[in-house]
This record gives sequence, C-alpha cells and structure tokens, in this order.
Amino acid sequence: MIRWLFWGIIVAILCVLPRFLGDYTLYVVSLTYVYVTVAIGLNLTLGYANQVSLCHASFFGIGAYTMGLLLAQGWSFWLILPLSGIFAGLFGAVIGFPALKWKDHYLALITIAINIITFFVMMQESWLTGGPTGVSGITRPSIGSLSFTSDINYYYLLLVLFILAILASIWIVNSKWGRAFRAIGLNELAARGHGISSFNYKLLAFAVGAFFAGVGGGLFAPLLRYISPDAFTFFISLEFLIMIVIGGMGRIEGPIIGAIIVVMGPEVLRMAEAAYLIVYSLILILVMLFMRGGLVIVLDRLREAIPARIGSRR
Amino acid sequence: MPLLETQKMTKDFYKLRAVSQLDFQVERGEIVAVIGPNGSGKSTFFNCVTHIYPATAGRVYYQERDITGLPTDKIIRLGVGRTFQLIQLFLEMTVFENMLLSVQEHRGTLLSRLFTKDDSGDVERAHEILEFLYISHLKDELASNLSYGQQKLLDFGMVLMPRPELVLLDEPTSGVEMEMRGRIMDYIRELNKQGQTFVVIEHNMDVVMNLCERIIVLDYGEKIAEGRPEEIQTNQRVIDAYFGVEE
Ligand SMILES: Nc1ncnc2c1ncn2[C@@H]1O[C@H](COP(=O)(O)OP(=O)(O)OP(=O)(O)O)[C@@H](O)[C@H]1O
Ligand SMILES: [Mg+2]
Repeated sequence: MIRWLFWGIIVAILCVLPRFLGDYTLYVVSLTYVYVTVAIGLNLTLGYANQVSLCHASFFGIGAYTMGLLLAQGWSFWLILPLSGIFAGLFGAVIGFPALKWKDHYLALITIAINIITFFVMMQESWLTGGPTGVSGITRPSIGSLSFTSDINYYYLLLVLFILAILASIWIVNSKWGRAFRAIGLNELAARGHGISSFNYKLLAFAVGAFFAGVGGGLFAPLLRYISPDAFTFFISLEFLIMIVIGGMGRIEGPIIGAIIVVMGPEVLRMAEAAYLIVYSLILILVMLFMRGGLVIVLDRLREAIPARIGSRR
Repeated sequence: MPLLETQKMTKDFYKLRAVSQLDFQVERGEIVAVIGPNGSGKSTFFNCVTHIYPATAGRVYYQERDITGLPTDKIIRLGVGRTFQLIQLFLEMTVFENMLLSVQEHRGTLLSRLFTKDDSGDVERAHEILEFLYISHLKDELASNLSYGQQKLLDFGMVLMPRPELVLLDEPTSGVEMEMRGRIMDYIRELNKQGQTFVVIEHNMDVVMNLCERIIVLDYGEKIAEGRPEEIQTNQRVIDAYFGVEE
C-alpha cells in the first residue's frame, strides 16, 4: 500500500515536472527516459541472464534507424515503434549465438566487434543509412487530434512508455523467463541439469534485451528529430554498461538510478565531456570496490531504515 | 527393451580412457547401483548418458529412443532426472525458487512461460518434498545459507520435483547424516514402488546392499562385474579392484 502511494507520488511529480523545467532540462529528462528503456534491456541481458553485451548501442541504433527510415517512407509511428523493437530483437537473437559458446570477456570482445561493425555499416552504407550525416527531418507522432509534436507532449508520450517499459521488465523478471534467465546466469550446469535450455534462454535474453533497446531507439529518433552513427558507437554501449553497474545489476531499480546519474550527472555538474568521463570512471571504481550491488543498495538501506523508525516511534 | 541402455559407450579425456566400451541396461522399476573405486568412471558415465559432454563413442537409448547427442536439457525433459557429484544449486536464489526452477521447463511452451504462473500442483509438491526433507522452514532462505547436508537434500528434492521416470543419483547419501540417510533410502524405495527407476552411484556399502537389487562394478572405466548384491560381495575381481591384487 505504502509502496503504491510512493510510486503514485513519483509519477505525479514526473507529470507536473515539465512546468518547472526549461526547454533544455525537459529534453535531458526526456532523454533519460529513453536511456532507461535501453538500460532496462541491458539489465535483462547482462544483469539477470549474465550474458555480456557491449553492443547495446547497436540494438539501440537499429531501433532508431528503423524509426527514422520507415517514417520517411510514410509509415505510422505506432506501427514502427513495435517494429523497431522486433528488428532489434531479431538482430539480438542472432548476436546471441556467439554466447552459446563463449562467455564473459570473450563475449565482451565479440560484442564490441559487433558494435564496431554496425557502426561502420551505418557510416558506409549511405544509400540506406544516410552515411555520416544520418537521417534528419524525423517527425513526431500524433493520435487523431492529439499531437506529440511539441516537446512537452512528446515528454508525456515518453513518460508513458517509460512506465510501460518498467512494468514490462518487472513482469518479465517475475515470470518463469526471468527465473530461467537468472538460472542460466548463476549456474548453467545446474540449469541444463534441470531441463532449462541454455540455447533458448541465452538467445532470448539477447532478443529481449535488444527489444527494449530497439524500442528505446524508436523513441530516441523522434526526440532528437535527427540521428547519425555517432549516437550508436561502442562508447554509448559502454555508457549503458556503466549505467547498470552504477545503478545495480540484476535489480529493477538499477537501470533507472544508473541512467539518471549518467545522463543527468554531466548536466547538473556542468562539466566538460572529458571531465565527466573521469568522474564516471571514479564512481564506477568506487561502486565496484565498495558497493558491488550498485547504488540501489543505498535505496535498500533507506527502505530498511524508514519503517524501522516509524516502528520505533509507536 | 530396457528403460535405459548404453551400447559400447566410451569416453576419452585426451589419453585417459574414463569409460570403456560400456554396455549397460536398466529395466523399468529397478534400483541399480553403480560402484567402483575412485576415478573408475562412474560420474563420467552419468555425464555421458545425459550429454553433459559427448561420449567419444557408443550410443544411448532411453525409452526405446536413441538419445545419443541430444542436448542435456532435452534429455532431462524426456524424463531423466539427475544429481551431480558436486552439488549444483542456484545459490543466490531461495530454496523455494530452486524447487520451482527444477520443474518449470517440464510444462507448457516457451512462450507460455512468460505468461503463466507456477502450477499450483507444483507449488504444493515443492512444499511436500521440502517438508519431507525437513528443510521446509528454510524455503525462503538463499540456498547459499544452507549447510552442506541441507544443500544436498535440496539437490535431491529438486531432482524429484518433475517426477522423472529415470533418476540418476551421484552419491546421494554422502555428507548426509545417518538418520536422514535412512529416510532418503526409504523415500527412494517408496518412489520406486510407485514406478520410478533409480540408478545410484554410491560408496556406502550399507546403502548399496540395502537398497539395490542389482549392482554394476566399474574399474578403470570397464564393467568388471554385474549381479545381485550377494554375488558381487564374493566376486574375486571386485575384491581385487577394491583392495588391490597381491603380487
Ligand atoms: N572433465 C574431465 N576432464 C578430464 N578428466 C576427467 C574429467 N572428468 C573425469 N576425469 C577423469 O576421468 C576418470 C574418471 O572420473 P570419474 O569422475 O568419472 O570417476 P568416479 O568413478 O566418479 O570417481 P569418484 O568415486 O571419485 O567420484 C578420472 O581419472 C578423472 O580424473
Ligand atoms: Mg564420481
């Protein structure tokens, strides 16, 4: 009950937030929603199923290009958005195949290579992707007379989908899929020994993780109205990784906390790009050293402390 | 046809022949023991039957079907349950989650597993088994918080969850205290009466002699004897294998 009230208040705050934000800050918060969606995907693949993906920016990019290119063909945003997820998901399932044989740092290297390849495809295949200049003039959607063209309205659309993405990830994590993901992540031998197909669930972990990233990409393109390959480099994949490590791998709140810090951090601190990379690296090292579970642990402590205090007053 | 049959099964680890030309059969309803000195290939035999790694040569038949080369998870879902010599649990999950994981893939389709809750019969059965094993009070504990003996029991309970027709147990009573050892043996006998077939690797001769109708003895990967407990006890080759031949 208290939990629902808490989340209700958070959502209410997010609903009134645009009133208090300038154009740029509104954009940053909108961008955070998009990145959270992608990070949720990576959290399913890596945090739960323990399958290293350092090419989530590729999945993100596939979603974004699907949106940009098909919108230009006159397709409906509402049709393309699920397609962005599905295309990225299918690509993810294919990328999952190396995971059947390799794990950990080997898989990390393979997925880095994949990210570099997709980046080059985006750069080189200009007939399709527009090359280094990318795709511009991307429009925002509407339903009937309700248009999401303005920044504020698009913010609300992103907010709704952001909440849906969180709910969907909670559903998946609590389903038998989520349990099987964790099982193959924790002990593959035991999983096989209990009839859990590592083939199915590894590919699925990649596909589902890529699906979220693809949907994120589909939302990203109209937010910026313009996409180009440099939004989908390996370094962006690294940022997603940093998000879930800082936030807390294998926890629902992890990618949310992590994305907030990684996207908003530099804006709040108003630092040069090079400087915040140093700060991230420091935070990352500190988290790895002293807070293996990520910053979500801080929330856990608060959660434990608050009811205790209410209890002691009684 | 036997429930499980291997024909000329061989497993080489580089130059080491761990299992050699092994012909093995289990009939429905039997309790068979596999014994032999350390390193004689018993666990490797289980691992090849369930395709944890591929056999170098030979074939495996289960329920009249050639299952050689099928992926492990598929063999398990056909109704073969097994434990590993080293306990394999999902240590960072609760005892109850472990129990449910051991049965979830035996039902429904991959897609249905995204949408359906745990079968209420399975939940009930998990409670019953934990109750029987005296670890039901630990059901919400992480498996890593259990003692070795308790983990061993959980491992045993998990294998039984999906009611496998054939159960392969690799030293089920090692590290389990006396009283519980007796209880596990009674339970195996009871399940056997209900139709489940057991193959048990065991070092404890009390367990072997009390539980099993037939014994297979391995030495250096080869089957050196096979028969009823009283036959095996007096078999000279077996005695030599265990105590060494005096030269
Ligand atoms: N994965 C492996 N790689 C290399 N050699 C192995 C492997 N597994 C087992 N062996 C070797 O194969 C032989 C048979 O081992 P196995 O574990 O099957 O024996 P066991 O009969 O189960 O012995 P124990 O009673 O000690 O459990 C041993 O010499 C062992 O060292
Ligand atoms: Mg062994």
